[in-house]
Amino acid sequence: MDESFLLLFFKKEALFPMKRLRLFLGTELPLAAILAFGLVPFIWMAVSSVRPDEELTQSPVRLIPGALTLVHHIELLRRTSFAANLRDSFVVAAGAVALGLLLSLPAAYAFSRFRFPGRRFLRVQFLVVNMFPVVLLVLPLFFVLRGLGLLDTYVALIMGHATFTLPFAIWLMTSYIDGIPADLDEAAMMDGATGVQVLRLVILPLVVPGMVAVGIYLFIASWNEYLFALMLAGRNVRTVTVALQMFIGENEIHWGLLTAGGTLVAMPAVVLFLFAQRHLVGGLTGGAVKG
Amino acid sequence: MRLGSPALPWLLLAPALAATVLLVLVPVGETFWLSLHDVILFRPRVRPFVGLGNYVAVLRDPLFWESLGHSVVWVVVAVSLQFGLGLCTALLLNRTFAWRAVARALVIVPWALPSVIIGLVWTWMLDFNLGLVNQLGVRWGLLEAPIAWLARPDTAMAAVILAVVWQGFPFFAVTLLAGLQAIPREHYEAAEIDGAGVVVSFWNVTLPGLAPVIATSLLLRMIWVSNSLDLILVMTGGGPGTSTHTLPLYAFLKAWSGANYGYGSALAVVLTVLLLAVVISYAVRAGREAKA
Repeated sequence: MDESFLLLFFKKEALFPMKRLRLFLGTELPLAAILAFGLVPFIWMAVSSVRPDEELTQSPVRLIPGALTLVHHIELLRRTSFAANLRDSFVVAAGAVALGLLLSLPAAYAFSRFRFPGRRFLRVQFLVVNMFPVVLLVLPLFFVLRGLGLLDTYVALIMGHATFTLPFAIWLMTSYIDGIPADLDEAAMMDGATGVQVLRLVILPLVVPGMVAVGIYLFIASWNEYLFALMLAGRNVRTVTVALQMFIGENEIHWGLLTAGGTLVAMPAVVLFLFAQRHLVGGLTGGAVKG
Repeated sequence: MRLGSPALPWLLLAPALAATVLLVLVPVGETFWLSLHDVILFRPRVRPFVGLGNYVAVLRDPLFWESLGHSVVWVVVAVSLQFGLGLCTALLLNRTFAWRAVARALVIVPWALPSVIIGLVWTWMLDFNLGLVNQLGVRWGLLEAPIAWLARPDTAMAAVILAVVWQGFPFFAVTLLAGLQAIPREHYEAAEIDGAGVVVSFWNVTLPGLAPVIATSLLLRMIWVSNSLDLILVMTGGGPGTSTHTLPLYAFLKAWSGANYGYGSALAVVLTVLLLAVVISYAVRAGREAKA
């Protein structure tokens, strides 16, 4: 017998605080603690970047900033090569998006719409390739690119970044094309369209959201990358991650400049990620959830 | 449905396949080939063939065994903590409360950041004089004196693990949350009718329902953490001494700073083979459990 009818005898307001307290202690408080762990280090960096030097070097540290300033950001962009590094990172990431989309779109269309021998093997192969340690790839790529005279160029980094982004880009794109009803293709085929025409005229306009999601993934992955950028370039073409690491390596660490650089570099990735997270996470977990 | 010429899918796949062969498979083969030679960066023309010499040297190298040990600690501790924290976060986010959507969006932030920034964030947090950890630790009486976390051999590994846990727990939180939301509500209702409490329904409904997601996400994360070296490179460079050398980092340092490509390649091949062995045995076991 269910006793819940007894609840009717209590006033709703009287019951509410107990339930509210349980929700607060059992769910909201622990989650707030986890969020604090996740966000405080990042916020602390951003806050540090807008504090004057006197406050940054003073111990004990004041938790609440007394004064706010943009001197570190301005000095970083004016006096160091950071503006050029930002440009390099942007060019490489844009190139990685273009190359990644160009390679992944036709491949995903083939996986989604055609049944051919070796399809399963190839789909798995693209994921297994991701398992190779980056060190295993980057050492020989260094020799290959040096032989081609491409070391320390945009092309080198764009190609390098394609190695580890391609598998997930194809995977994500395939799931988007799978979501486009095959009836549309068939109708176009009936009207005499060829496979390539179907891709161009039917799939392409409908897969724009997928291209945006894959493009954002490619951009973030390239923008955030460090090891390829360090090994395959670094002198003429220096991305922000390599530049920042070099600042950290200097003997006298200037935390104002470093935190300003860190905040500037983090912003595009965080903003794009918040914008696209639903699509990226959906693609990432799609395979896992379906088993 | 008329599919056009049977060659069409292959034509469509050709660019991606060519890129994979050229940029991944050829380099992997090349690394293996390099590992059989004595390759020194500043002596490019002379590459004597040494057969398995580099591999014999690896097995006799005490630093290889030390790095392997560090790698095991790094992977096991980091992935377990990421998983534990991620699972707690996912379970909490799966409940109903007012600011749930905001929490779900914000929890992902550490995962979006570049490793270099994560290294920077935590180097700043753990700074000896001005870091928030030491400042608050001393102020709240948790630490007697500030600790040079990244400069002490006994705390450096814990410090880099802390940073990688911070980076990776959101991945588990979002994937496990997606898995939780895919468990049909009726399963919980059925358990409740059978008189199951919170703990029992967690063991009998939640965990079995999550099992495939857990298996996949653990595997992906394990591969990623085993291979990742940039966070350690940024925070400690493998030091102090060799106390945060992991296998991929050691391979990288050997090849890059030591300019000994042959030996570095051999280390990279050993790492890949070890990882493959772990992944295959894991996949076989997961497959067998799925059948049972």
